[in-house]
Amino acid sequence: MSRRISQIVLYALLIIGALIALMPMLWMLSASFMPTGEASTYPPHFIPSRITFAHYGDLFTRLNLGRYLFNSALIAVIVTAVSLVINSLAGYAFAKLRFRGRDRTFRILSLGLVLPVQVAMLPLFLLMKNLHLINTYWGVIIPGMASIFGIFLIRQYALSIPDDMLDAARIDGASELRIYWSVVVPGILPILATLAIWTFLATWNDFMWPLIVLSDEAHYTLPVALANLSGEHVQDTELMMAGSVLTVIPVLAVFLFLQRYYIQGVMAGSVKG
Amino acid sequence: MGASARAPSDVGRAAWLFLAPALILIFVFFFLPVLASLVLSVTDFDIYAIANPPTTRFVALANYTKLFHSPEFWQALKNTFYFAIVGGPLTIAVSLGTALLLNAKLVRFKSFFRTIYFTPFVTTLVAVSIVWRYLYHTRYGVLNYGLAYFGIAPIDWLGNPHWAMPAIILMSVWKNFGYNMLIFIAGLQAIPQDLYDAAEIDGAGPVRRFFAVTLPLLGPTLLFVSVITMIGYFQLFSEPYVMTQGGPLRATTSVVLMMYEEGFRWWRMGYAAAIAFVLFIVILIATLIQFRLQKEHA
Amino acid sequence: MFLRLSSRLVLVGVLLACSNASAGDKTTLRIWAMGREGEVLSQLIPGFEKEHPDIHVEVQQIPWTAAHEKLLTAYVGDATPDIAMLGNTWVPEFVALNSLAPLDSFADQSKEIRREDFFPGIWKTNVVDGKTYGIPWYVDTRLIFYRSDILAKAGYKEFPKTWAEWTTAMKKIKSQMSDKQFPMLMPTNEWPQPVDFAMEAGSPILRDGGRYGAFQQPAFRKGFDFYLGFYRQGFASPVSSSQVSNLFQEFERGNIAMYISGPWYIGEFKNRLDSATQKKWMTAAMPGINGPGVSMAGGSSLSLFAGSQHKKEAWRLMEYLSRPAVQLQFYALTGDLPPRKAAWDDTTFANNKYTKAFRDQLERVVPLPQVPEWEEIATTIFEHGEQAIRKAKTVDQTLSSLDQDVNAMLEKRRYLLAQSKQP
Repeated sequence: MSRRISQIVLYALLIIGALIALMPMLWMLSASFMPTGEASTYPPHFIPSRITFAHYGDLFTRLNLGRYLFNSALIAVIVTAVSLVINSLAGYAFAKLRFRGRDRTFRILSLGLVLPVQVAMLPLFLLMKNLHLINTYWGVIIPGMASIFGIFLIRQYALSIPDDMLDAARIDGASELRIYWSVVVPGILPILATLAIWTFLATWNDFMWPLIVLSDEAHYTLPVALANLSGEHVQDTELMMAGSVLTVIPVLAVFLFLQRYYIQGVMAGSVKG
Repeated sequence: MGASARAPSDVGRAAWLFLAPALILIFVFFFLPVLASLVLSVTDFDIYAIANPPTTRFVALANYTKLFHSPEFWQALKNTFYFAIVGGPLTIAVSLGTALLLNAKLVRFKSFFRTIYFTPFVTTLVAVSIVWRYLYHTRYGVLNYGLAYFGIAPIDWLGNPHWAMPAIILMSVWKNFGYNMLIFIAGLQAIPQDLYDAAEIDGAGPVRRFFAVTLPLLGPTLLFVSVITMIGYFQLFSEPYVMTQGGPLRATTSVVLMMYEEGFRWWRMGYAAAIAFVLFIVILIATLIQFRLQKEHA
Repeated sequence: MFLRLSSRLVLVGVLLACSNASAGDKTTLRIWAMGREGEVLSQLIPGFEKEHPDIHVEVQQIPWTAAHEKLLTAYVGDATPDIAMLGNTWVPEFVALNSLAPLDSFADQSKEIRREDFFPGIWKTNVVDGKTYGIPWYVDTRLIFYRSDILAKAGYKEFPKTWAEWTTAMKKIKSQMSDKQFPMLMPTNEWPQPVDFAMEAGSPILRDGGRYGAFQQPAFRKGFDFYLGFYRQGFASPVSSSQVSNLFQEFERGNIAMYISGPWYIGEFKNRLDSATQKKWMTAAMPGINGPGVSMAGGSSLSLFAGSQHKKEAWRLMEYLSRPAVQLQFYALTGDLPPRKAAWDDTTFANNKYTKAFRDQLERVVPLPQVPEWEEIATTIFEHGEQAIRKAKTVDQTLSSLDQDVNAMLEKRRYLLAQSKQP
């Protein structure tokens, strides 16, 4: 009997929690379809009185959102692809290749995890200026191409690759690079998937650095463009909601389709070996 | 084990080649700038200097003394601590609570709820900050509408200096609890069922079991979660930038926001570098304290 | 599939990232503009492109809230456009950075832009160290936009002309309003209001050639007290501009009766207010202490960046935008007022009831301090103002810390001036 009650209570709590978790985004979606002005009424409307796509139209025509979508996608894809290769090479090397200075280098790298990235931003900006990379895609892409966190994640996973497999390949005469490509990469595919999703999401959502580096709207990523628009159009609630929806949908889609890998990765990465 | 089939020097060379891209990138675009920040912080590098570098002056610790005498800086520090020390435990508590809920044996559809709870974490911070800015609207916002149901007068969430930071904390808890929740779920699942069974046999109720079995065994997970949450929260920036521009009355200006304003709005880069460095020291100390506390409890 | 899509994107991206060629044989000019002017500029461009088929113009709009930052970032990153619209208080700053090209040689030879044809006080705001760095694009000052029916209901057919009358009027209006309504909308994060009142009271804002703040002097204090009075007496609610969800709606609904802003709001009001309210609003010059008051000599200029690769073409665009006919077109779209006397001779202005007040106010404008640090000083003024408004500090404390902070901001300027012994 009390088992039943416990169950009901549990489900009730879970459902309330789910509503709280989803409510802001549901309202955002709903408001994006409302005619101008309807989102600023009292009592607030939860459902649009009539559905209009005008704001979405505005965003793509007048306000150039297609361009920003493209910029975000381009940068996120390039960073993800490149960093997967760079981080996995390094992570594997730390895990499985024996060389002098390995542990010392690794320890120094770990120090980097404690350093907040903002400390680097001012000189990094000046460095980018001297490299003429301010306001370019590369200015945003390059700092993201290697990440200490990514290296750690890969290394953790790569530790579990059996040494015999690697040695067998060496005996067969395969070069280290070949071993990496044919033996290691297939072996760490799950963590690569996790890291890919993680990197994609983090790059898509990144705000502060693109805000600093990009001054020309032609290069803006979605978050920067959105913040820009919200400064200008603070009056246009419905328009801003449409912009937010468009910013959030791609990452939500990536997450929902690939959540298995992502969630597994988070949970696996947290269990210390 | 078997003897290695390749000369160690060959392996070593390959290893450095594999490491080269990552190490070079991280060194040039991260470690070097961090060191440069230290150098920058002892100069008065500003917009005049960008136009005309020779006008830079070496000022030793003047930026730091100016910082410690600046009421704006202490306020930013206080705001950041307020956010981290209230928001951190709150987020962790909600994460733990939902993790416990989702771990309960009586619950089905676990992964469905898990996905829903994780969704806020995945969304773009700038986008949700804009949404919440409207939710917090004094007259037309949904939150005040909800409060009205309980007979509570409308709160000027983002306009009242006392409520602005709590507003941002509330939003951050909503956005971030999902991530820690997953980590707690993993940690909870790692606790062997026998320990619970043994405790139950000893006559312990659910609450007692939680304190006697769950909490102690979650120790390492709790430490991990609090450290990463705190480090993240000390870096507060996007929320005040988008929602309140650091106001009202600088009540939501965080250390990083102040660094951004000084460095990229007013181009007092030497001064901003000093702020960044102080942030680093603060985070370092906070992390060390947490480790020490955990050591004592273990 | 993912791999193919991503490799395609990478290819496109590499091409895009590497190329910066303009389309075909055309020269591409890049021009940045803020706010409504930015929106409207795109409508003026086709006329120019028709006359100059070999020039293509790209307009980029930036919001005022981010413009200063973005322009400086562009400067630091060597990514400046060819032309930018600059608020005239920013011109000295960009000149100090050596980022602008002097325009005197262009202006001397130009048939379209002749110095004598511009209001001299306005042209002067663009001259630094004897060289011209901007062509005035529109003049701006602040004055009152108000609901004429609400004023009439309180017994005022015309807008008050003195501070005392104004205060009485607002008291009356307030008594006829509900709790949530306010006679005046005065966002706490706008600096023109306290600065205007201070200038009316005779304050120079900065003293000693822009080396120190003058905030504790009696003149500034007088203006500041008047400014605070709005909040203390309940005439204005202490909100920031980002908290007003839709000022046009509030104006329509009668939740506010007055607002201080610039001429571009004539265009905004005409476009955004509903038809019922269109008959019920009017503009008025700023009231002063003893009669009609002064207001700041604002406005924006078109400036040419030193780094531009297309200076000749850019000058053509500046000439085009300065033609009286185009200025009138611009005015029709924005309500921004022309800086050229020739344009004012047009009947458009003689018969326009809204611009009358502006023409009147233009006779009583005062320039703002021409220091590179102005933007930051202005921000600090309203930040400290907020503290006083919300009683976090007393007036004395506010003005004293304002002096302290501004003096600190000007330290480098004092140092550089002492080094170079320039005025």
